[in-house]
Amino acid sequence: MATYRELLKQVKDRIEEVDARQARELDGAAWVDVREQDEWDEGHIPGAAHVPRGNLESRIENVVPDRSTPVVIYCASGNRSAFAVESLRALGYESAVSLVGGYTDWKRNGFDITIPRKLSPERRARYSRHLLIPEIGEEGQLKLLDSKILLIGAGGLGSPASLYLAAAGVGTIGIIDADIVDESNLQRQIAHSLNTLGTPKVDSARRTIEALNPDVEVTTYRERLTSDNIDRILDDGWDIIVDGADNFPTRYLVNDASVWRGIPVVHGSIYRFEGQVTVFKPGDGPCYRCLYPSPPPPELAPSCAEGGVLGVLPGIVGTLQTNEALKLAAGIGDPLVGRLLLFDALATDFTEVHIKRNPECPVCGEHPSITEYIDYVEFCTR
Amino acid sequence: MSVVRVPPVLRSEAGGAREVEASGGTVRELLEDLATRVPALGEKVYDGTEIRPYVNVYVDGEDVRTSGGLDAPVRDNATIVLLPAMAGGRGR
Repeated sequence: MATYRELLKQVKDRIEEVDARQARELDGAAWVDVREQDEWDEGHIPGAAHVPRGNLESRIENVVPDRSTPVVIYCASGNRSAFAVESLRALGYESAVSLVGGYTDWKRNGFDITIPRKLSPERRARYSRHLLIPEIGEEGQLKLLDSKILLIGAGGLGSPASLYLAAAGVGTIGIIDADIVDESNLQRQIAHSLNTLGTPKVDSARRTIEALNPDVEVTTYRERLTSDNIDRILDDGWDIIVDGADNFPTRYLVNDASVWRGIPVVHGSIYRFEGQVTVFKPGDGPCYRCLYPSPPPPELAPSCAEGGVLGVLPGIVGTLQTNEALKLAAGIGDPLVGRLLLFDALATDFTEVHIKRNPECPVCGEHPSITEYIDYVEFCTR
Repeated sequence: MSVVRVPPVLRSEAGGAREVEASGGTVRELLEDLATRVPALGEKVYDGTEIRPYVNVYVDGEDVRTSGGLDAPVRDNATIVLLPAMAGGRGR
């Protein structure tokens, strides 16, 4: 029966070890850190993948699918990695090597290290269902916490968006709305309640968000968006705009400003039983003016206040917008760019139509004729 | 014969119908046939020469303005979507 020391020596005799300088010269090598989570969290070699020793055999194929790839395995001192290399060789990784001296020597030699940003235990618990999804994980959650999303309107579309963005841990949410909460809002505007009737919608939405998730910083603008205040508001550095406006002048204003500043806009609009959703991503697809070069005459453009809306419809459309905003913030999936999604609640039917960039577009086209703010109210009523 | 889906803001022009039928080998023929069958609706979409600037017309999911215009062929049993911009969102 061998002792641990004897077994370690036998294993080291059978495998190949390299020092830090040799390891750095291995072209195209995959680096795998087999230490425990707490060791990894205190710092690791840049570019390494973390696969704790206990999970190595089961996870290595996902991390290094090609068995002919050279693999540098390291632990703290080079002992656990020696056993790991023997195991990998048994799995067919012929070019696996162990880093002699491990991370401790690497660090002592003054080579680069990365100290990962990490979520606190409280945040790991709160966002655990996100962390379990490979496409999001800790990295994606940190992106969400770093992101700044601006909501135009805290009404039908802005309400569900504010709740789900807050729940998802979007770090900063801005809300623009000049109105106060009215009884007729409560049929659909779920960020508000009887407790906040008569108070500004931005304050009511802030209360709801803060009660849901204290991680979120809320910035409120109790004003109507105009050419005079939009630059001041956008100077606060918003990454994504969720447009839930209720009028055409605001839609065109938001479009022009976002094109000039390169901010993606997640568009949603609703009427009675039907909704439209798309993403206008400057440089990457059409803008609102490509889709609708001019607004309809007033008789064809009734607002929900005039024509009504099924209460749940903004919930559906607003959460579809939120899905797009979260994907953009986390950098995952296929955003709804160049596609207009139409939802018919009566038929329960989704239809998608293709929308293209207009080379003649006066704002995002090849030879733009509109390069500064216009009189949007006049543009939409002429 | 193709199916023309009528957006909510134009349904009063179509007697409340959610869908109407129209036929034609090109977009122009189809819109002219629509104007004959449902004049009030046709007039809101097509002025006799051009598609009105505030309405988008999609044939099988493609915007006719960027895919051949009024002379573009329309297959039988196509799905036509008429789409004016909708303002609604925030709602007071």
